[in-house]
Amino acid sequence: MQMKRRTFAQGLFGGLAAGAGLLAAPRLIGRAAAADPFKAAWIYVGPVGDFGWSYQHDQGRKAVEAALGDQVKTTYVESVPEGADAERVLRDLASAGNGIVFATSFGYWQPALKVAKQFPNVKFEHATGFKRADNLATYNIRFYEGRYIQGVIAGKMSKSGVVGYIGSVPIPEVIMGMNAFIQGMHTVNPAGKIKMVMINAWYDPGKESDAAKALIDQGADLVAQHTDSPAPLQTAHDRGVKGFGQASDMIKFAPDTQLTASVDHWDEYYVGRVKAAMDGSWKSQDVWGGLKSGMLHMAPYLNMPDDVKALAQKTEEDIKSGAIMPFMGPIKAQDGTVKVQQGQMLDDGAIAGMDWLAEGIEGQLPK
Amino acid sequence: MNLDLVVSIALSVISAATPLLLAATGELLTEKSGVLNLGVEGMMLVGAVIGFGATLGSGSAILGILAAAIAGAALALIFGVLTLTLLANQVATGLALTIFGVGFSALIGARYVGQPLPPLPKLHLPGISDLPVLGPIVFGQDALVYFSFAALFGVSWFLYRSHAGLVLRAVGDSHDAAHAIGYKVTRIRYLAVAFGGAMCGIAGSYLSLAYTPMWAENMTAGRGWIALALVVFATWRPMRLLLGAYLFGGITILQLHIQGFGIAIPSQFVSMLPYLATIVVLVAISSNRTRVRLNTPACLGQPFHATT
Repeated sequence: MQMKRRTFAQGLFGGLAAGAGLLAAPRLIGRAAAADPFKAAWIYVGPVGDFGWSYQHDQGRKAVEAALGDQVKTTYVESVPEGADAERVLRDLASAGNGIVFATSFGYWQPALKVAKQFPNVKFEHATGFKRADNLATYNIRFYEGRYIQGVIAGKMSKSGVVGYIGSVPIPEVIMGMNAFIQGMHTVNPAGKIKMVMINAWYDPGKESDAAKALIDQGADLVAQHTDSPAPLQTAHDRGVKGFGQASDMIKFAPDTQLTASVDHWDEYYVGRVKAAMDGSWKSQDVWGGLKSGMLHMAPYLNMPDDVKALAQKTEEDIKSGAIMPFMGPIKAQDGTVKVQQGQMLDDGAIAGMDWLAEGIEGQLPK
Repeated sequence: MNLDLVVSIALSVISAATPLLLAATGELLTEKSGVLNLGVEGMMLVGAVIGFGATLGSGSAILGILAAAIAGAALALIFGVLTLTLLANQVATGLALTIFGVGFSALIGARYVGQPLPPLPKLHLPGISDLPVLGPIVFGQDALVYFSFAALFGVSWFLYRSHAGLVLRAVGDSHDAAHAIGYKVTRIRYLAVAFGGAMCGIAGSYLSLAYTPMWAENMTAGRGWIALALVVFATWRPMRLLLGAYLFGGITILQLHIQGFGIAIPSQFVSMLPYLATIVVLVAISSNRTRVRLNTPACLGQPFHATT
């Protein structure tokens, strides 16, 4: 069962609809089942049709519906701007009787914290966040593990040794991905380089495509992206180079171009958490899952020679088993200062707050 | 900087400028008739999704572009009924059209998300297209790039060299006078609005068929607003649109190259550059009031109510 509401702008009508829904609810339940279905809600920062970040979260929501069927009723609100609007939408969802609410963008952390305090009986979960409360948990994916594998593949596949990397905005999440990528690349090609462009948007197909063109023109023969549309892959295809997909498997857009993609996989996490909220075992926690926990998948390794594929698969296995730690020293910053000593490893706090670029990356972070 | 790099930068600039030029050309003609339609972004989005869907369904890009043009014109006609017949406020109606276009395109586009499409074929003349530098730039574009130039020159010729264009400008400058000497003000404005909508639809289809061959919600990402600004930037002179669109496209592409070369300018600042340049030029142009007034349609945005 699903109640769909488009965009926050129609929250006005949403309120009316919710009111009408409440009036109609007893009759519906009387007919369908004896027990009330448990209500779970999601808010997304983009449209579910972005085929990237929000799309994957919505796949997770659908997995909850598939797994729990009539026992659960899910709602989502898409394209909710980070900030005051998010607070209103969260409060709206909490007062509409949802037992658990998932806020799926970094910028929702303050609204989530505030609304969680006002609704102590509702469980809240905030993706990519760092602030927790008794009824507010956080969860995230170790995307950088996938970046490391991409780097290893790039080290093998790039003839020029230059990878074009399209970034969105200079935040730790993006920086750690880039740094992990170059660590992986250097295990195969110590002279490998990343050229980066930040487009200051998560989602602008035209601009992403332009950035890919600029990077390829400047000598990159592989394209990696930390933006959400498949446009860079299409551009890579046009220019006859290869690339990596982002957030979802984009192979359909570039069958002969995508080497692999890091695929966000929230399905089991969401099913588990909704179940926990239903049976009362839910606890506030911080989950940062990666390849091992199944929250991160790698799309099939394609368009590469068998030895590269074997190496990529081995790297994936080694990350799962813990034999490879992407941020194992020695790691130097751009200017040559040692950031991680030989034999040491960055802890999660240092990874989550990363604000420096590793050696081998060309380009500057804004000061 | 080698020659290949120059050529590929030029190619990127052309593809960045083409959708702006197409939409701005249509909007310019609409505004010349005295109607301000702020719904460019919405019409582009609907054009993008209809163009994509029609191409996917029929397998023919030409049908797709035609469908996009019709869809854009249809949306513009809704605007026409509201503002020209029912005399609603043009600014408010135009804004509503954009908001409607964003939602409507997302609604009908939901089924196209994640569907690939081969890009629009590019012209290839054996021998000529392979010439160094000029070959790929002049003879290696897709049909819509050539169309954007044809439309611009066509509109320029129409406005300043044809009788019908003279009438249209008269309607835009003084609808009462034009009405008094017997011209059908409302009918002429309907036609101008429909043309503007069709061009915006085609501009949208360029995005979903050629620029990045896919449908994605809100894929215009503000280009409709840039096109609107370009019309003012050009002080309603068609040929200056060319300058504006290519200047804007050029800076958009250049800022990406600046970053790629590792030049230490904050990326937020360079992302701002195209807009900054537009504002600077706008201020420079507006400082000469007589020149602006010379070309601005005097009745722009004013409702026309036939008194007799």
